[in-house]
Amino acid sequence: MFVNQPNQQQLPINTYPKWKYGLIILVLALAFLYAAPNIFGKDPAVQLSGLRDAVITQQQLDEIQASWEANDVKATSVKPENIGADGVKQIVARFQKDADQLKARELANDILNPTLENQSYVTALNLAPATPEWLANLGGEPMKLGLDLRGGIHFLMQVDMEQALKRQQDQLRRDFIDTLTEQEPSIRGRVEPIENGMLLSFRNQEDAERGYEALFRDHTGRIDLQLSEKGGRPIIRGTLNQQKLQEIKDNAIDQNRVILSTRVNSLGVAEPLIQRQGADRIVVQLPGVQDSALAKQILGATASLEFRLVNHEADVVSAQNGRVPPGSKLFDSEYGPIVVFDEVEVSGEHLTNATASYDPQTNEPIVSVRLDGEGGSKMTRTTTANVNDQLAMILKESRPIFDIKDGKRVLVGSELEERLISAPNINGPFGSRFQITGRFTEGETRDLATKLRSGALIAPTFIVEERTIGATLGEENIEKGVTSVIIGFALVLAFMLVYYKFFGFVANVALTLNLVMIVCVMSLMGATLTLPGIAGIVLTVGMAVDANVLIFERVREELRAGVRPAQAIDKGYGHALSTIADANITTAIAAIILFAIGTGPVKGFAITLFIGILTSMFTAIFVSRGIVNLVYGGKSVKKLSI
Amino acid sequence: MQIINKETNIDFLKLRKFAMVLSILLIVGSITSFFTKGLNYGLDFTGGTLIEVGYEQDADIPKIHDQLEAIDINGAVVQNFGSAKIVQIRMPQQDHIENAKVGDEVLSALRSGGETVTKRDQSFVGPVIGEELKEKGGLAMIVALICIMIYVALRFEWKFSVGSVIALAHDVIIIVGFFSITAVEFDLTVLAALLAVIGYSLNDTIVVFDRIRENFLRMRKGSSGDVVNTSLNQTLSRTLMTSITTLLVLLALFFYGGQTIHSFAEALIVGVFIGTYSSIYVASPVALLLGVKKEDLMPPEVEKEGEEFDTP
Repeated sequence: MFVNQPNQQQLPINTYPKWKYGLIILVLALAFLYAAPNIFGKDPAVQLSGLRDAVITQQQLDEIQASWEANDVKATSVKPENIGADGVKQIVARFQKDADQLKARELANDILNPTLENQSYVTALNLAPATPEWLANLGGEPMKLGLDLRGGIHFLMQVDMEQALKRQQDQLRRDFIDTLTEQEPSIRGRVEPIENGMLLSFRNQEDAERGYEALFRDHTGRIDLQLSEKGGRPIIRGTLNQQKLQEIKDNAIDQNRVILSTRVNSLGVAEPLIQRQGADRIVVQLPGVQDSALAKQILGATASLEFRLVNHEADVVSAQNGRVPPGSKLFDSEYGPIVVFDEVEVSGEHLTNATASYDPQTNEPIVSVRLDGEGGSKMTRTTTANVNDQLAMILKESRPIFDIKDGKRVLVGSELEERLISAPNINGPFGSRFQITGRFTEGETRDLATKLRSGALIAPTFIVEERTIGATLGEENIEKGVTSVIIGFALVLAFMLVYYKFFGFVANVALTLNLVMIVCVMSLMGATLTLPGIAGIVLTVGMAVDANVLIFERVREELRAGVRPAQAIDKGYGHALSTIADANITTAIAAIILFAIGTGPVKGFAITLFIGILTSMFTAIFVSRGIVNLVYGGKSVKKLSI
Repeated sequence: MQIINKETNIDFLKLRKFAMVLSILLIVGSITSFFTKGLNYGLDFTGGTLIEVGYEQDADIPKIHDQLEAIDINGAVVQNFGSAKIVQIRMPQQDHIENAKVGDEVLSALRSGGETVTKRDQSFVGPVIGEELKEKGGLAMIVALICIMIYVALRFEWKFSVGSVIALAHDVIIIVGFFSITAVEFDLTVLAALLAVIGYSLNDTIVVFDRIRENFLRMRKGSSGDVVNTSLNQTLSRTLMTSITTLLVLLALFFYGGQTIHSFAEALIVGVFIGTYSSIYVASPVALLLGVKKEDLMPPEVEKEGEEFDTP
């Protein structure tokens, strides 16, 4: 009979081909390798980073290291972590002792931020993973700990989308009127707001049709237009289309995220998390921070933008020597010292948008700015009267103030800081739409546009959820989490060993490997371990046994039915397979839904549960069978230890 | 070691009428309690502020109440949290104090008597979030049940699918009822536990169903009831084993996992008991009640018919 193909060797019962063992060993080796970073612990470290455009020069670094050496502070390693286009933005130095870490930070801070007024660098205490370099180079990283395990503050900020939409609606009204009045002869009608758009009513059908054509020409792509009739008068409904609405929302979220990031960076928190959540929320997590009132003050501070005129009559040199003319202020900018009038010509609340784009003629990078109606007419007045003057754009932001108390640098409050971000020439009168040109690079225009928008308050945010977890509570949570995992795990192992003897031992090996694999996958995914996550792992341990229990009970059944031991093993594993698959798939469905719908703690639990299901299928089916085959396979077995 | 030494032959279905009455009583009780007494919702659901503080000595709760009243804080719940020295204060949204300041005001009020009070934990949840969570939680539950129903219907048959979903709904209702009657705090982790129970109980049910399907195809004789009974007996030792191992780790979580996951573990422990019971006494009897029979599970036979010729 030639049922089997001649070259395919029939393996004896209960043996795995060599490649299967190879695969199992490979997977397990990888699992151990990538789970390993979690056992090395963490080194005390100091993180030095430049705020805004500040970079850390080699000279500064040399000075810092010399000062450490002079004070007997030994750094085990000093490495640049973030290298930007113009130099090193961040350096992480590791130490052996906590005392060295504190001292090193003070010393570095003295050099980087010599005065209390000029704080352009952030020095933060940090715990850097002590993963050996070769392992880190392979991408090995320990799991991140959630706030509930390390202490800190969690904020959930809601972005006020209604405000963002309202501003766009005002803009739309302006644009529609502009388009209609620009026509020859101009079209007259009435404009009133409707949801996400404007309703235009006309005196006659002809006007309406001309209006429709003009609007379609000017605004196609972002507006849905609909010509109809209401109360005997022709009307047009112009509403922002889905794409545009989405864009407005995305922009509002993104802008707030950028603003929050800069503020959080100024707080000097190591490893902060600023992340979009859902359609209109942003999560901010500040590990290690305990003073929620101050954190809120910094995060909630609003930046504002002002357009002011440059005072050309003032003498810059005498101003630098302290004689600033009354009603003016001296600014240090990248264009040199500039004296600017205090009087605000147009304030940033009128700014509706600022985008980086290109000049259609010269193709040079520029920033296009749009103001609302009121801002536009103010700007027309200012620019008409001051052609060839410079228009200064000033961003006011609050920033943290630090003070030295008991030899420690502490956050004591915040103050308003004014920065000149640009001072272009007024080449001619302009109104609500204008462009800022200069010899910009593409990156510079994007940067400037972001800065301008950050002062415009396009969509305000407010805090909808806040959690402060004390550092001691975090430690307690870790301790209790780990204790309960160990106890639960030990109980299950002992029980399985007593109940299933040798097979119980096999299940225990599979279970332990399962735990290693969960840790490995979580580390590789960069998932955050939280207390509910630990609960998920514990639960998985309990449930992962199930697959082996199913198999072993099946084997016992076969034995009771008088099947020979070798056959019983084979049938037991075979029959249980579809049941295990069905049972696990249904649990996986529940985990996926939890992940999709849940937030925060529920998500953490769902992730570990899901990973646990996948890894437990592998260990309980392949690994445990592999071990059983090694012991019982390929020979005649009289009795099983089960 | 074996819990069940030889093939058992317990007539589970003999008790099914009794079980049905018991289940209905439990469900009616749970629903009644849910609508009359309601749930002791945690901060995640109600919104408001929660502060956990630590004292050096045992905390004097009546005194804390007085101190809070002195600064016009209304509706505060003050309770010990895991230890006599740790106090958790939960209060609804206060109209006269800004949310951002509630924590600091409370803390300074507690310190007014000269005690050393440390803040361990502070949370504020906006009222919108809580409402959203209730909606989302309910939605998650319904979506999960529907997805599972579809999967089971595809893999088995609609009668099993209905049986399993009724069993799951049974479990969820009774656990919610348990939380309502005992007034244990119902927070986000309990919601997660409820969904985990769905997964767990389903696991149990599927294992039994799998065996029923196998036995329907294998056993030539016997009524549908006999097949179900045999299947329940054959899977009994694995059902008990898995329940025991899961309970072992849950007990570890319950006793050693700390306050934060206490109610999570509690919900799951109740869930394991209810889930085990329901996969034996609810899921299969419902499928049986719906008239599940051998033909439902036979693989559809491919009919090979000869081509028909229209001979004149």
